[in-house]
Amino acid sequence: MTEPDHISPGLARGFCAVIRRDIVLAWKRPGDVVNPLFFFAMVSSLFPLAIGPGADELALTGPGVVWVAALLAALLSLNSLFLSDFEDGSLDQLLLSPQPLPLLALGKALAHWLISGLPLVVVSPLVAISFQMPAQTINVMLITLTFGTLSLSLLGSIGAALTVGLHRGAALLSLLILPLAMPILIFGARTVALAAADDAVSAGIYFLAAYCMLALTFAPFATAAALRISNE
Amino acid sequence: MTELLSGNDLCLFRGDRCLFKSINFALNPGELLLIEGPNGSGKTSLLRGIAGLLDFEHGDIMWNEQRSSFNQQGFRGDVVWLSHKIGFKADLNLVENLRLEASLRETYEDRLPAVLQRLDLLALTELPVRALSAGQQRRIALARMLLAKARIWMMDEPFTNLDKAGQALVADLLAEHLDHGGACIVASHQPLDIDGRTRRISLS
Repeated sequence: MTEPDHISPGLARGFCAVIRRDIVLAWKRPGDVVNPLFFFAMVSSLFPLAIGPGADELALTGPGVVWVAALLAALLSLNSLFLSDFEDGSLDQLLLSPQPLPLLALGKALAHWLISGLPLVVVSPLVAISFQMPAQTINVMLITLTFGTLSLSLLGSIGAALTVGLHRGAALLSLLILPLAMPILIFGARTVALAAADDAVSAGIYFLAAYCMLALTFAPFATAAALRISNE
Repeated sequence: MTELLSGNDLCLFRGDRCLFKSINFALNPGELLLIEGPNGSGKTSLLRGIAGLLDFEHGDIMWNEQRSSFNQQGFRGDVVWLSHKIGFKADLNLVENLRLEASLRETYEDRLPAVLQRLDLLALTELPVRALSAGQQRRIALARMLLAKARIWMMDEPFTNLDKAGQALVADLLAEHLDHGGACIVASHQPLDIDGRTRRISLS
């Protein structure tokens, strides 16, 4: 046998294959996608019932409620990010593949966002309408939620990787991720609230975008390192 | 001939317990390394350590006369791994699973029909993996080994769940791989001998 030349398939090919596989898997098990969405819609539509239907109250609580519901829905779906790969041995195969692990981890996190974050962003205007948000505020909410859910998927992948080998790691995962998610929640909800009050919103959006870029840059490496530790 | 893979003075602790220490081995192309030992003796841990999935307390794995950790990408491209978890997605069928495999590592994609024929899997390619029996799942996991352009096969208990014919098939495939200049590391509590080309490590 001649010595194989170790040029693995291109980086882009491995990256896209991981994303495509996760999306196909989600397509075959739509329950995993629908559950967090249902949770998001349920929580945010129960609040007006509990607080009261007055337009002033809704305008005051709307941005915060939508953002808290989005954060909790994202946390709910994060636990399963690497769990099935760990259980069926695919994770070992990913760790042992010649493709760089941070790239595959980025693929997993982006697939998670496409499956759970993006649908949440798409559904959020419906919820916003129930809070009587004006169109301008809804636009700002869509932008902040896009950056926010993407950051959550990326940061959450670190926590999911760290807790993948633990049984009932969900509570620990929330504890690990919440401190990192606080800036997203604060800036996201406040920016939408400012938009509702016709105030300047660009600073908040810039912050969320910067935070998202930071997560995009560092989270894949942290996730890769965490996967190697927790899969020992 | 230079050694393909060797381990020097390997030692591993699990908590306070020393699983093994002073393990040495050398593996040339065309040879099989059999890791023997009772349950819980650290066979799987040794195999995972050699593959780079966990770190030894001390000791080095040398691959192509350099540490495997120096050129991880090259090393991983030369290793293909089979454990009791087959590493295929239960909701996808065999072809879909192998497609991901081909994106992760170099494979002989043109050999797919021949490999399916050899493993007697032609009738099973359209079924999701979850619909297959445990023995059939082991067979499809062998397809990954046969398709990968890797010289070193690492197998953890390759005979589990296989019937007599399946076990004979695995032994045949191992012998063929050795004939082609490949090397195998097998952790098993079953006896295995491929005409004098077998080296052994016994853990206790």
